[in-house]
Amino acid sequence: MNFSEHLPALQVVVPLLSAPLIVLLRSNGLAWAAATATSLMAFAIAVAITLGVLDGQTFPYSMGGWPAPYGIALGVDSFSAILLLIVSGASSFALLGGRPSLNSQIEAHRQPLFYAAWMLALAGLSGIVVTADAFNIFVFMEISSLASYVLIAGGPDRRALPSVFKYLVMGTIGATFYLIGIGLVYMMTGTLNLADMEVRIQGVADQSPILVAAGFITIGLALKAAVFPLHAWLPNAYTYAPHMVTVFLAACATKVSLYVLLRFDFFVFQQNLAGHAFQFATFLMPLAVLAVVVASAYALFERNLKRLLAFSSVAQIGYILLGASLVSTAGLTASGLHVFNHALAKGTLFLAVACLAMRFSSLHLQDLSGAAKSMPLTMAAFCIAGLSLIGVPGTAGFISKWYLIGAALNEGALGIGLAVIIVLSSLMAVVYIWRVVEAAYFHTPNTSAVNIKEAPRELLIITLLAALANIYFGVNSAVPVALASDAANLLMGHLQ
Amino acid sequence: MITVFAVFLLTLLVITAVAIVRTENLFIAVMLAAIFSLLMAANFFILDAADVALTEAAVGAGVTTVIFLSALALTASQERAKPSARMLSVGVVSVTVVVLLYATFDKPRLGDPNAPVQQHVAPWYLEQTPELIDIPNVVTAVLASFRGYDTLGEVFVVLAACIGVLFVLSAGTSGGPQPVRPETPGLRHHLIPKVVGRLLVPFIILFGLYVQFHGEYGPGGGFQAGAIIATAFILHALLEGESAGLRAIPRSALLTMAAGGAIIYAGVGILTMLLGGSFLDYSVLHSNSVKGQQYGIIAIEAGVGITVCGALLAIFHAFAAREQS
Repeated sequence: MNFSEHLPALQVVVPLLSAPLIVLLRSNGLAWAAATATSLMAFAIAVAITLGVLDGQTFPYSMGGWPAPYGIALGVDSFSAILLLIVSGASSFALLGGRPSLNSQIEAHRQPLFYAAWMLALAGLSGIVVTADAFNIFVFMEISSLASYVLIAGGPDRRALPSVFKYLVMGTIGATFYLIGIGLVYMMTGTLNLADMEVRIQGVADQSPILVAAGFITIGLALKAAVFPLHAWLPNAYTYAPHMVTVFLAACATKVSLYVLLRFDFFVFQQNLAGHAFQFATFLMPLAVLAVVVASAYALFERNLKRLLAFSSVAQIGYILLGASLVSTAGLTASGLHVFNHALAKGTLFLAVACLAMRFSSLHLQDLSGAAKSMPLTMAAFCIAGLSLIGVPGTAGFISKWYLIGAALNEGALGIGLAVIIVLSSLMAVVYIWRVVEAAYFHTPNTSAVNIKEAPRELLIITLLAALANIYFGVNSAVPVALASDAANLLMGHLQ
Repeated sequence: MITVFAVFLLTLLVITAVAIVRTENLFIAVMLAAIFSLLMAANFFILDAADVALTEAAVGAGVTTVIFLSALALTASQERAKPSARMLSVGVVSVTVVVLLYATFDKPRLGDPNAPVQQHVAPWYLEQTPELIDIPNVVTAVLASFRGYDTLGEVFVVLAACIGVLFVLSAGTSGGPQPVRPETPGLRHHLIPKVVGRLLVPFIILFGLYVQFHGEYGPGGGFQAGAIIATAFILHALLEGESAGLRAIPRSALLTMAAGGAIIYAGVGILTMLLGGSFLDYSVLHSNSVKGQQYGIIAIEAGVGITVCGALLAIFHAFAAREQS
């Protein structure tokens, strides 16, 4: 086999193998260097896979050389490519720039274990994305979840521990529901390979176990993806996590669960269960709308900057779900685009938060008064990413909002209502981002904040680069649009 | 007859589960959880899943109980009940149960040879294992080769758990070498546990090694063996005191074991890639592909055993160290 055929396996194995090696390093400088190098390698592999996918390759891979459904198969398409890019990209950005922030938050002797857990989270999330096997998804979900709990618990804030415990309990329930669903499907089909499952479900006479399985899998994954109203674990977990962990996980973790949800639903269930597309839409669309409206409203009144952005994440998951619940090519394109663009915007926002946290001891809005005077570049990056989050033309966020509104308007009267909600919630985003901007630019600095300097150079450079990426992909959106529309065609193509 | 016994065991299982939920003394809950695992192991055995039964007995009833007890020693033994949320939880659980029951109405009969699970991949595994891998235990063939990538993932789940416990429990410590603590007495002044325990330890280790190397022929393999051997060392540490346990295998060696086993497993995969096969395609390890499969399985099972044993012991000692500081 030549090298490029191994790419999907290497995407997982490289970070996976690096974790035990980092444990053995026992020096925090080396551990950081090894983790960053591994993450960059994973990003390079993701880019190579994306280029191949744009060329029409699918990278089929049989683990252990055993053909599916007897062995475990891997496969990559444009939808997976989007996810691989944001997972490895967010990890690389956070690690490259994050050393000062991590050093200030994680005690030196604990760092090798911390970076090993980071690599396990990276490997777990990538493993979920590339696999074509339902049980294998569960195994890598366990790896990524366990590692994420460890990462979130890593910060100096003791309040992280109760919030991570809540996340652990919720996450375990979600994973168990998923496993029950897989068990039921296995009981009726005898297979774990997703493509094989799709074919064999058609031959199942009694569909009620499959229907129940679809319910369990949807709810389990929705819990993991923090779909409203199952988002209760998310705000505090993101708030009290070390800042760099928030950058990494907020950019990609919930989206990977959404990816599995959409993949399962469109590839396995939709054409096999009578009326399932309708059930899917009527079940998820109200939840998506509620997520967008309620979580944005929470963000309006939140005073802690990190929790404000976390509530905004719950709302953004709502947008992604809203696009998917239209069950149309246009809607799914919007969803795929928003997965990518929201990762850019929210990653940048949390990077800027990490910069602020280097100099301000509290992230409450009133304590950040006048931050823009002492940290103009950080706040500039924050503003750009904030505009992208709102969806202002010229930024990445505009592209996905534009596609989403377009997709909604295809749906007639209901679509007009949805478009109104999208516009209204974007106005709410204007307000909550403005509250931060107002505090940072127009309030007089606290006396203690006069001598504050900009964030450390490497962190600042990475933050600015991320902000520029928001503009770049707002002007030059050909690649994400091509990937997202191809992904939407794949998902919808399965329904015919 | 076997059905009557299964119904009896399942009834006990339900009673135990209800008792676990109802008790407010956490020590009682832990003991009941151990009984639950043993009953579960018996159920698995009735269902002819001897490998799973062995794992459940060793990990669920054995090691998990010790770890729960170590955790309880750090916290309180009485549950602080919050009755307000109880009704909601009971409601959610009831709905889940009803939905699950509904799903089982169309379930194939237990042991039905025409059930989909018996018709699709399972016959292929049974037919092809003698030819492709040539080991008597098909479960090991599926676990270590056909679905070896899942098992690799499970080993990394164990490693992640180990990293997680060590990381969380190391919060607030200086990170330097652990201070020399006064010798802990363990159970040394109790004559009977000491004599019986000392007699048992070598036999448990021997049995663990048997389970490890007999995995290709009968129920067993790295997960079970790792847990059994870890149990022997935990017993030793309980009898002789924790510091004696750490003299036998020091803390740093435990972490090296947990990481090393995972490296062995993933390393075999990298090796097969370098030799021109897919990841974890053991056939390329030897000119004869069946021999290659067997070598690969032995190597990865060793990795599994080392990681499981190292991780469980590291977790146990992390709790024990916290208890004394």
